[in-house]
Amino acid sequence: MTRVQLTINGAPVDVDVEARTSLADFLRDTRLLTGTHIGCEHGVCGACTLLMDGQPVRSCITLAAAADGCEIRTVENYEGDAVMDTIRQCFSECHALQCGFCTPGMLATAYDIVTRLPDADRSRIRVELGGNLCRCTGYLGIINAIEAALGRVHRRKASNSAGPRHNFEGQHA
Amino acid sequence: MKPAKFEYERPASLDAALRVLADNPSAKIIAGGQSLGPMLNLRLFEPSLLIDISRLGELRARAADDGDVVVGACVRHAEFEDGRVPAVLNGLFERAARQIAYRAVRNRGTIGGSLAHADPAADWPAIMIALAAQVEVSSVRGTRRIPASELPSQALENCLEADEIITSLRVARCGEGARLGYYRLSAQPGEFAEALTVIVHDPERKYTQAVLSGARQPPQRLPQTARAVAAHYSGHGKADVASAVEADLTALCGKHALTRYEYNVRKASVLRAVQEILA
Repeated sequence: MTRVQLTINGAPVDVDVEARTSLADFLRDTRLLTGTHIGCEHGVCGACTLLMDGQPVRSCITLAAAADGCEIRTVENYEGDAVMDTIRQCFSECHALQCGFCTPGMLATAYDIVTRLPDADRSRIRVELGGNLCRCTGYLGIINAIEAALGRVHRRKASNSAGPRHNFEGQHA
Repeated sequence: MKPAKFEYERPASLDAALRVLADNPSAKIIAGGQSLGPMLNLRLFEPSLLIDISRLGELRARAADDGDVVVGACVRHAEFEDGRVPAVLNGLFERAARQIAYRAVRNRGTIGGSLAHADPAADWPAIMIALAAQVEVSSVRGTRRIPASELPSQALENCLEADEIITSLRVARCGEGARLGYYRLSAQPGEFAEALTVIVHDPERKYTQAVLSGARQPPQRLPQTARAVAAHYSGHGKADVASAVEADLTALCGKHALTRYEYNVRKASVLRAVQEILA
């Protein structure tokens, strides 16, 4: 067993974990934070993406032991964050989710895009979303939501549209 | 899809890590874990002990001294992307790092880990060979430098001894008039490159190098392409770069059985990198 001391959603945690336990399994199985979803378990699908020290990481290929001393933020703890509130509102308005399985990871990535890349255009949003798979929406709703959130958070109008866009786009931006 | 059992240690210093490794020859070094993590989950590896070096200050340093940039092995891809590493050639690190996997992976994955992993389709090996980087490695026996081109021994294998750790990379800084040709071709953003060409021309140091890597094929130098690019800029004689590219790719086909598609993808990548460096 390996001792880890970390902060999860603002609360200090000090426990022993088995060395091979992933951060995702640790959160789900021992902290009962099942909002972090596990898809592929080898870093491809992005469903388990969460914020570690404010940066998006894959929790299925990050060991819980390696998160010692870090600050973890999961989908359960976004309430009251103005940026995330805006992103969630835009996800809702733009139909950026259907079954919701990819959504916790999508929100972590969206948060990173909106905060790190204030000038991101639609093609950059597409590239940045490359690491998060969604099997329901066809991505357009998610791209629209992030574009709208960028506009609202940085107080400017999203390009070409005041609200959600529903037009068809080709595969390649 | 869960790893087999292993022990985990995070030594407080490089010396301590080297001692633990020397005492446990079957241990695996873990830095960002973005390649090793999936392999552990898939049980392609079942090491008895993981030694986490990702937070060692000695391996996180970066410095620029007389003509060289030295980058610690545990500097993460995102730090290159964000311009938090001294430049060797304007914009190269930012541009290259941005195309490696996804931001969530770049926030963890390290340059030393990528070089040690020696995936033929990875980006850093080709870039570091094109820059003639030296890889510094340490063990309890001492330290040594290995040219980046000699680090991979075969696909997914490096030439390190069992007790050695990559500690840093030493890269010569290019002069003012240095030029870059860079083209990475992949089916979609974040995928491994199907073909990656890196051409560096630095008249100040009289240095020109062209390297091509891609799926199923370790990084290869393109000597005739490099010579033709150098000739183009020296003004001595007529540089027929297109024929040089053709000759290099023909030589490559002699070493690797490439499909028509693989050949065409490589050719497109080299020609676009050439186009950039000659522009």
